[in-house]
Amino acid sequence: MGETLAGNVIYRNVYQFVQDLLGEEWSWVAYAAAGMAIILLVTNAVMAIGAMYTWFERRLLGRFQGRLGPNRAGPFGVLQPIADAIKLITKEDIIAVGADRIVFTLAPVVMLAPTLLVLGVIPFGAGSWLADLNIAVLYIAAVSGISTIAVMMAGYASPNSFSLFGSMRAVAMLVSYEVPLVMALLGVTVLAQSMSLVSIVEAQALPFLLVTPLGALIFLAAISAELNRAPFDVTEAESELVAGYMTEYGGMKYGVFMLAEFTNTVVAGAIFAVLFLQGWKWAILPSHIWFLLKVGGFVFIAVWVRATLPRYRLDQILAVAWKYLFPLSLVNVLLLAAEVIVWPERGAAELGIMAAINWAVTIPAALLWSKVVSLRTSPPIAAMFSTEGR
Amino acid sequence: MTMRTEPVVVNVGPHHPSTHGVFRMKLTFDGENILDAEPVIGYLHRGTEKLAEERQYTQVITLTDRLDYVASMTNNQAYVLSCERLVGIEPPERGMYLRVIAAELQRVASHLIGVGFFLQELGVFGGTALMYAFRERERILDMFEMLCGARITLSYMRIGGVLQDAPEEFWPALRSFLNDMPGYADELQALVFDSEIVRSRAIGVAPVSAEDAIAASFTGPILRASGVEWDWRKAAPYDVYDRVEFDVPTCEGGDNYDRFWVRMLEVRQSLRIIEQCCEQIEPGPVRTTMAMLFRPPPGESYVPIEAPKGELGFYLVSDGTIAPYRCHVRSPSFMSLTLFREMLVGWKLADAIVTLGSLDFNMGEVDR
Repeated sequence: MGETLAGNVIYRNVYQFVQDLLGEEWSWVAYAAAGMAIILLVTNAVMAIGAMYTWFERRLLGRFQGRLGPNRAGPFGVLQPIADAIKLITKEDIIAVGADRIVFTLAPVVMLAPTLLVLGVIPFGAGSWLADLNIAVLYIAAVSGISTIAVMMAGYASPNSFSLFGSMRAVAMLVSYEVPLVMALLGVTVLAQSMSLVSIVEAQALPFLLVTPLGALIFLAAISAELNRAPFDVTEAESELVAGYMTEYGGMKYGVFMLAEFTNTVVAGAIFAVLFLQGWKWAILPSHIWFLLKVGGFVFIAVWVRATLPRYRLDQILAVAWKYLFPLSLVNVLLLAAEVIVWPERGAAELGIMAAINWAVTIPAALLWSKVVSLRTSPPIAAMFSTEGR
Repeated sequence: MTMRTEPVVVNVGPHHPSTHGVFRMKLTFDGENILDAEPVIGYLHRGTEKLAEERQYTQVITLTDRLDYVASMTNNQAYVLSCERLVGIEPPERGMYLRVIAAELQRVASHLIGVGFFLQELGVFGGTALMYAFRERERILDMFEMLCGARITLSYMRIGGVLQDAPEEFWPALRSFLNDMPGYADELQALVFDSEIVRSRAIGVAPVSAEDAIAASFTGPILRASGVEWDWRKAAPYDVYDRVEFDVPTCEGGDNYDRFWVRMLEVRQSLRIIEQCCEQIEPGPVRTTMAMLFRPPPGESYVPIEAPKGELGFYLVSDGTIAPYRCHVRSPSFMSLTLFREMLVGWKLADAIVTLGSLDFNMGEVDR
């Protein structure tokens, strides 16, 4: 627990209250209770934002599609998430016959947990974070990979072919997209010379979105795949796999999956804001408001993309990861490393020069490479299979 | 060590989001690849052909509405044309023009549904493109409501003409639709058909050669997508199609992309036909006076028409009584499933779904 936490009003008050109640020798209880209070606050706040985000996404999708979206519950339908939650909680909890009951029940929890674990290292505003981990970037990459296991668990435990299809796709896809994601994170780490998110924010005299556009692009693509969002949403492709790995889930288990998915998007927005948009930094408005606005901007783009783009086929998605994003991410890291050697001290002026160089490299590189790599379907797939004996 | 694998048989449907009603495919998978495919139909069988034998000729019109329920107008048209050939009457001119206008509007509506669901199956989340397609279709349905009071099951056409003349408010609505629709088509085209994802997903997938398409009795857009210029409106013009100018658009590849591209081109041709009909149509009666209960002379008739999905025809046999002795429906959707296995085997699950969407069949017509 850092200095910032001890300076927090809630933390201090809870600590003081418990210590007064139990006495000096029970201070570890007070320490734990105060920590729990903060965790409760952050977790619930983010989950509430995740729930509100469901409303935001549905309204916005409605606008994109020329319809209204939910507008019945409360003003502009803002209470829709609450109505949904009540409906999901009161539904009968069904576990399909033939399911592996323990794994089946555990999967939604395993899905939600990494999302909340990531919150531990994210700085929400000037001086407000739970832990300023010195390996925060690595921690995020490691923890967010856990959700793959949850998808696998759900697919394995459900007695349904579509679930298995969904989870197999998820594993193939998420394992591939970890690579460009980590390479994009590496680029930021090289630039900031630190893995701590707080140091990364402080190193951004200019937003890294401007300084390393290629890294931001690769991160956006990879995180879309990690989040199962369009155009990479094959794991729950509703027109093909009904609901993918979630097909057999109902009631609050399904609700937890959905909550995890939406909260994931918000958390991804937070990571993006920290890594590429200067985190909490900007003028006039309070830092927390700025942070929320930046997350909101990311989320808006995410919904926009989702409303517009069709989905890739699985083999095309893997091709995008390995043939397109991976080489570009290597270029990105090499470029940034060279620039860091040239300019060991980086203020706004040096970052500006780097930004100019990086943009000049990014645009031709991305366009040229997209001409080299073709995702068009090659005809002879059918010839692989014998048609005899049918 | 080699891992032992075995093919998995998965039932896609009859309850599945994208099987166009209650179609069931038995797909055998090796991973994502399809090894074998078998269509199972019959979940929507209602015995339309048998029911028609127990109804008077005029009453059968309402049964035809329910065959291809997204294109009722052309179903009506095929049936009444066949009846008129049987009885030997000719509808008045204005009636024929109204029929063509209604049928072409129906073609636009049907193609919009086809294109919308194709994009839905390509995975435009929550159906953005589908909603766009429905927005335009809604205006067509409003116009149908003006014509006959119904929106889906229309029964607008009658033996010897149409139900009634178009009301006054129909013509301005049609005019504004004709003005707006090309822009909407451009918009839909820009949103999706120029998208690289759509192109990489659909071009070259599940191609059907012209020979195969002819051998499999394909008709309509899916035949023309393979490069065969064949259209009953040109080959054997019915109603007033011989008095209007239009092209028969064709594509070369016969793949999923072409099957949809040809539909977008046809929408524009339909608008052209409606335009010309609006200029040529003159006031007059819309329906010949004839007995509601009539007995056609013994004989048979078959008039094929170009329905939105292909050749649709009613083969009617009369034995001189008030009801048809036999009423056989030649439905385009049923025929478009003949190459089902050949088109799907070797491709992936995602391609199979899109291929089904590109055939744009309708279970009401397949099972009858």
